[in-house]
Amino acid sequence: MLKRVHFPSSLLPYLLVAPQVLITLIFFIWPASQALWQSMLIEDAFGLSTEFVWFENFQALMDDPLYLATFKRTAFFSLAVAFVSMSFSLILAGFADRVIRGATAYRTLLIWPYAIAPVLAGALWVFMFNPTLGIVAYGLEFLGYEWNHKVNGGQAMALVIMAAAWKQVAYNFLFYLAAMQSIPKSVVEAAAIDGAGPMKRFWTIIFPLISPTTFFLLVINMVYAFFDTFGIIHAVTQGGPANATTILVYKVFNDGFVGLDLGGSAAQSVILMALVIAMTVVQFRFIERKVEY
Amino acid sequence: MKHSTLGSIVAGVALSFASTAFAQVEIQWWHAMGGTNGERVDKIAADFNATQSDYKIVPVYKGNYTETMTGAIAAFRAKEHPTIVQVFEVGTATMMAAKGAIYPVEQLMADTGEPFDKGDFLPAVISYYQTPDGELLSMPFNSSTPVLWYNKDALDAAGAEVPTTWAEVKDASQKLVDNGMKCGFSFGWQSWVMIENFSAWHNIPMGTKENGFAGFDTELVFNNDAVINRLADVADMGKDSLFVYGGRRGDSLPMFTGGECGMWLNSSAYYGSIKSQSEFNFGQTMLPLDTDVAEAQQNSIIGGATLWVLAGKSDEEYKGTAKFLNYLASPEVQAWWHQETGYVPITQAAYELSQEQGFYESNPGTDTAIKQLSLNEPTPASRGIRFGNFVQIRDIINEEMEAIWAGDKTAREAMDTAVERGNVLLRKFERAIQ
Repeated sequence: MLKRVHFPSSLLPYLLVAPQVLITLIFFIWPASQALWQSMLIEDAFGLSTEFVWFENFQALMDDPLYLATFKRTAFFSLAVAFVSMSFSLILAGFADRVIRGATAYRTLLIWPYAIAPVLAGALWVFMFNPTLGIVAYGLEFLGYEWNHKVNGGQAMALVIMAAAWKQVAYNFLFYLAAMQSIPKSVVEAAAIDGAGPMKRFWTIIFPLISPTTFFLLVINMVYAFFDTFGIIHAVTQGGPANATTILVYKVFNDGFVGLDLGGSAAQSVILMALVIAMTVVQFRFIERKVEY
Repeated sequence: MKHSTLGSIVAGVALSFASTAFAQVEIQWWHAMGGTNGERVDKIAADFNATQSDYKIVPVYKGNYTETMTGAIAAFRAKEHPTIVQVFEVGTATMMAAKGAIYPVEQLMADTGEPFDKGDFLPAVISYYQTPDGELLSMPFNSSTPVLWYNKDALDAAGAEVPTTWAEVKDASQKLVDNGMKCGFSFGWQSWVMIENFSAWHNIPMGTKENGFAGFDTELVFNNDAVINRLADVADMGKDSLFVYGGRRGDSLPMFTGGECGMWLNSSAYYGSIKSQSEFNFGQTMLPLDTDVAEAQQNSIIGGATLWVLAGKSDEEYKGTAKFLNYLASPEVQAWWHQETGYVPITQAAYELSQEQGFYESNPGTDTAIKQLSLNEPTPASRGIRFGNFVQIRDIINEEMEAIWAGDKTAREAMDTAVERGNVLLRKFERAIQ
């Protein structure tokens, strides 16, 4: 026999969740459904003539080899940003964890870039690498390497990856450092007594123990690279040259706000939405299980 | 406490209503002129406001051309749009197709009874903004055309003449590079300069149906031998740094003003920037002729922006708008604007006034743009271009051209793809406006 406590049903719980539900409705469900509706329309910019076309905008995207290329490019970009920024912050955190004197100063300095807005971060890198005025471009030329990311798509991609990864290093660093400091000292010290060097200790003890953090950061970094890098790309390359740095979000913006193709742009954002949902589900259901806690 | 707050809000709202009822009619003007040109726009508005007391023009800077146009469109959809909006020339087809959203300037002038004579305007300027029947849709404001800018000191030092043909450009670039310069020439706004204007300058159509003027069922045809050979030659020059690509729009300006490149093909409206940034003697001359393509130059086409009047405002606002547009087109205002910015004067009277004032004598070369524009009576191939979705098509052209400069594609492959991709967008536009 199952015992249950029955409370008299009241309005209070509904009232308590109402603000959250309302926020979700206004800021997510409503715009999302608008996007869904818009994605099935072909409309002129002013909204004066509208034609309902079902899935034709999606069909057009699927037939567009450039759109499919944007998918591959976005995957490459996101993985590269995640890898570069996570590995750098891992190294930095590894060192910062061992620092005894002036630890706070190091930490503060390493966290600074996170406070910079994406557009400003982009502007910073653009100045350093400007083929005519940039100090780094000047240095590279001195070394005999010709830098012109306005023509060379590979260099442009490298530049936005660096800028995007650099900005994220601080965030990752913070999490890695916290994770490393939560590892009991005794474990590491025991290994040291047994004769394990710093590298050995790192790979056999620290790295496996912080794997939940690594997984968490992977998700965060992928999402960051997918969506938050818009400002950097807008400031650095505007998607060029020849689309070499146009990732999915940038194409949504470009087609919708520059090209005024609202239907096509909405269709892309719907696909993007589905993609993020799928990505999150896959990551949490399958990858998370393999992580050692 | 609560009551008093509410009371003061009500009073405040009532007061603001009352004050607008007695005040002048405010007319919003959204524009895309930042920096120094933005200050000049403010001055024009302030001067107009000082001439009378019934209307007040309120200029609002809304970002670059694209942002201003999309901002106005979004505002129109939300019924919060300004009366006047500055739209760049490539947005013309989009604006024109939005029949219920715009108030053609010529009709506005007729309806409000303001004096208006189209004959005063320079044909090359207004032909770009007319319907096939000749009705003027928007008021030309800042118009420019590409010219060949050159570093006079560098050319002299290299012993090169100011070029007039592409063969001479190549020759001069070789001399500049031999003399130690990093690059011979560069250009900006490459679709506008190297395809749109190159075609008009040599009287070759860029699209069917009179470059789109005679109907939205136009198709792009700029993948012809003339354009392809020109681009292939430029790409070839790129191998020896006779040409160096420096990015879209005006991004390559520092290469010219910084003394890296000896020549630069771009808008005449860079006059102010070049004057303030360069530390050498510079000059401007007409675009080079490709002698393999044509015997003589036709005329170049304009770029820049016009002022569109949007629908859905009161008669009073339109009356004020019409008065303001007339003020804007007056010889004094135009001549001042032209001389300050390097944009071309939009009326014959303003051009003549500048001549009388001796502006061209004390600033040689500043009439290059206007001479280029009025070199010949515009033909269907040189009147201008009117393609829907042209903002995106220009992006496509930019992308494909960048692929040529990067050596990823030949000029022919790139232009064929650009035409093919562009035509898809033209069909999409044709369908969306039906």
